Amino acid sequence: MEVLEKKNKNKRYKPILQGIPDWPVYRLSKNRKEFLDEVAQKSFYRIKQLRPTRKQLLDELEATVYREQQRMKRNRWRVDPPDESKFWAKIKEELVALTSKPSEEVDKHIDSILTSIVDRYADEIAGNFKPSSYRFTRELVKFWFGRLLNGARVKKFGAFFRNKYTLRDKIQIVGKVKALRNLARKGTVVMVPTHFSNLDSILIGWVIHSLGLPAFIYGAGLNLFNMKIFAYFMNSLGAYKVDRRKKNLPYLEVLKMYSTIAIRKGAHSLFFPGGTRSRSGMIEKSLKLGLLSTTVEAQRTIYMETPPTEHAQKIFIVPVTLNYHFVLEAPELIDDYLSVKGQDRYFPEEDKYGSWQMIQYMIKFFSKGSNISVSVGKALDVMGNYVDEEGQSLDANGRVIDTRDYFRSNGELAADHQRDDEYTRMLSQRIVEEYHRINRVFASHLVAFVAFEMWQKKHPKLDLFGLLRLPEEELYLDYEEFKQTCKRLRKQISKLKKISKIGMATHMKGKMDLVIKHGLENVGIFHLKRPLLRNKQGQIITQDLNLLYYYHNRLVGYDLEKFII
Amino acid sequence: MTSKNSSSDDKPVGVIGAGNFGSAVANLLAQHKKVLLYARDEKVIKRILDQRENRGHKMRKAITPTDDMRYIAQQCDVIFPIVPSLHFRSMMRKMAPYLHPYHILIHGTKGLDITLPKDQSIDTVTKLSRKNVKTMSEVMREESVVVRVGCLAGPNLSKELAAKHPAATVVASPFNEVINLGKKLLRNDTFQVYGNNELIGVELAGVLKNIIAIASGALSGMGFGENAKGLLISRGVVEMIHLGRAMGCSPKAFLGVAGIGDLVTTCNSPLSRNFQVGSQLAQGKSLKEILEGMDEVAEGINTIRIMKKCADHYRVRAPITNTLYKVMFEDLTAKQALGYLMRYPLNVDIDFL
Repeated sequence: MEVLEKKNKNKRYKPILQGIPDWPVYRLSKNRKEFLDEVAQKSFYRIKQLRPTRKQLLDELEATVYREQQRMKRNRWRVDPPDESKFWAKIKEELVALTSKPSEEVDKHIDSILTSIVDRYADEIAGNFKPSSYRFTRELVKFWFGRLLNGARVKKFGAFFRNKYTLRDKIQIVGKVKALRNLARKGTVVMVPTHFSNLDSILIGWVIHSLGLPAFIYGAGLNLFNMKIFAYFMNSLGAYKVDRRKKNLPYLEVLKMYSTIAIRKGAHSLFFPGGTRSRSGMIEKSLKLGLLSTTVEAQRTIYMETPPTEHAQKIFIVPVTLNYHFVLEAPELIDDYLSVKGQDRYFPEEDKYGSWQMIQYMIKFFSKGSNISVSVGKALDVMGNYVDEEGQSLDANGRVIDTRDYFRSNGELAADHQRDDEYTRMLSQRIVEEYHRINRVFASHLVAFVAFEMWQKKHPKLDLFGLLRLPEEELYLDYEEFKQTCKRLRKQISKLKKISKIGMATHMKGKMDLVIKHGLENVGIFHLKRPLLRNKQGQIITQDLNLLYYYHNRLVGYDLEKFII
Repeated sequence: MTSKNSSSDDKPVGVIGAGNFGSAVANLLAQHKKVLLYARDEKVIKRILDQRENRGHKMRKAITPTDDMRYIAQQCDVIFPIVPSLHFRSMMRKMAPYLHPYHILIHGTKGLDITLPKDQSIDTVTKLSRKNVKTMSEVMREESVVVRVGCLAGPNLSKELAAKHPAATVVASPFNEVINLGKKLLRNDTFQVYGNNELIGVELAGVLKNIIAIASGALSGMGFGENAKGLLISRGVVEMIHLGRAMGCSPKAFLGVAGIGDLVTTCNSPLSRNFQVGSQLAQGKSLKEILEGMDEVAEGINTIRIMKKCADHYRVRAPITNTLYKVMFEDLTAKQALGYLMRYPLNVDIDFL
């Protein structure tokens, strides 16, 4: 029996903007050419600002070419355009040819090389939102998800074509939904979710749609575009591409500029500030500051460009956590994590899952238990202050403050990139804090955490790796002891919940036996080797300790370890 | 950005706290700017107005004393809070309603703040962690909307500053903007200002050196000479670094003006209050007697009390702090303490690099 969510307030939301032509993302894509020109041009100037002398700029370009050519040798992806090698070979030639040019012409040539690089990057990053394919995808997703859900759940012939269940029953959206809808009308929303699975991108797209919000522009990892099925979805949802292999300055500047300008123009945006999927299964502790900094910069630019008498468009940061019982890629993720822990070496991102595996996963997902919940956090301004329903920033005592004042020095609004960077760092810490606060504990997280920590306590002399090397057959826990510990932990979690330090799913309430059962049934449900289950004697055992460690990590960071005896 | 003739450049600068160091800083600032100096005590305000004097400092004309915090916050964009750590948080709470995000706060308090659960006090609690112990910049951020914060630290004996002997300070802040502002406001022909981005490190350096200063006073009170002092200072730096690390900062700040610079100064200065505390302890006076004879707080006493409990929590070896704690709050004598330290078994010279 599935323990249902009691307070399932999921309901249908009306779109806040009627026609697609009103959507900021649509307006952006309609003026794609001008938009990209602006991005390229502004990035060009920014890069020249950052590398003011000829020597510095030249060094930067040479480093860029070198890195790009290395990347093509070592780590090529299917999405890479076929003319990539040719392009960079040509740039290299042009750089070499500079030495034979008369000195007064060199700067002009360097500029033109930089321009062609910047143009190429801007074009590569840009998304291509098409209303027709957006609508088509949306319907397709809704139709097939609906079919899968009903076909699998209602075991009757013909159930396939019924509409008894919808995605809404499968995915619970909790938290500050109304406020989010309100704020999306009043300003520009930047949604920043946690990142655990490749599925996140599609899931969050569905969430945005089902909340009645216009499509957001996405920063999606380019690796996703390797999978054709994803590429199709993402393209039609207005995604722009973030290539984490490219770490060169021109690329990063173009990427940031793209996001900054889009946000400044009022396009609701979404990116995963963790940068990449959480390898350890822990909630992100530190965020990548690059894209995040574009929110601060965009807000400051808006303030500087808006006369004080006029209303300045405000940017709202909305943290979101995605809570799963099961993460498809968990075995690979945790392997990655364990193999790099302690030594900071680079590992190439490879997805072992193709389109087919994804479809299989989805079928499993829809046909079995394992719900997902999405918690929407309170909106923040770019300084991490909470905002009220009107979009006004509040200080800790509820006093309304003017976000503009953070960018004033000596009475005037001024640009200061070092200050922006520091503000970004502060914002990232606030987002992490909010993640922990809105994180929703599932029974599966609880049982995984308790079991792993109990084993850790039983082997106090072993470090993490020592513990993980223990043969799984030797590990078992007495059920009663396990249950008592779970109870104690749940009590602590409830205490934390009371002071809004964490969230808890409804199914965590009630008899502990049922909660444990629910947890065991769901934790890592589709893995070949289950992270946690009961044997015939009723003891708690594991088939894969690494995986258990992964799911256990979800509750790390709350100082709960000390309650395990 | 070029706002030379804008009205805001003529704005006064605020100083909160008319103690010894507060008065010295107000005088430094008054060389460039109008200064509003907050004092709680009406008598102090009157004395400054009538006699232009406070705690032995001749107060410059550009300084206007006031007891109106709201007025200071309204008039000044930049404020220097310099009040004892014990009153720092309540002072911030009082000022917070008048502060806005455009304010910049640079404090000059070398102490720590503790927050304890309601049923606990510093006497009953056995261990303290970073959750309970905060630096002044953290208090400023917690209690107000101001984010651009910084601190002053370094060898700044108020009496020497008043006499215009050459000296230097560090302005520490994560924001270059704040550092540059501090430089602009404080620098003069005999006063050099350095910048440092590691705010917490610099604050802790300034705080922790007070422990060593008390120890130095104790050595001198027992009549020992320069060998002993050299030993103390070098071991003292190591202990400061270990404690600093436990509190979450890198050792870098401890090697600069705010670390070694300040340490050497205070350890050699009978003028310093912390030094005096140590010296009197060595002469066999009890802590109570010493406190009765002082007009201003010696931050080191409170710091030892807090850091001892932090060292216990983080399991850091801090022999100097621990023995001083025993001398102050338990019944170890200074002689016994010294004997204990000289026999201390772990003696690796450098283990922090």
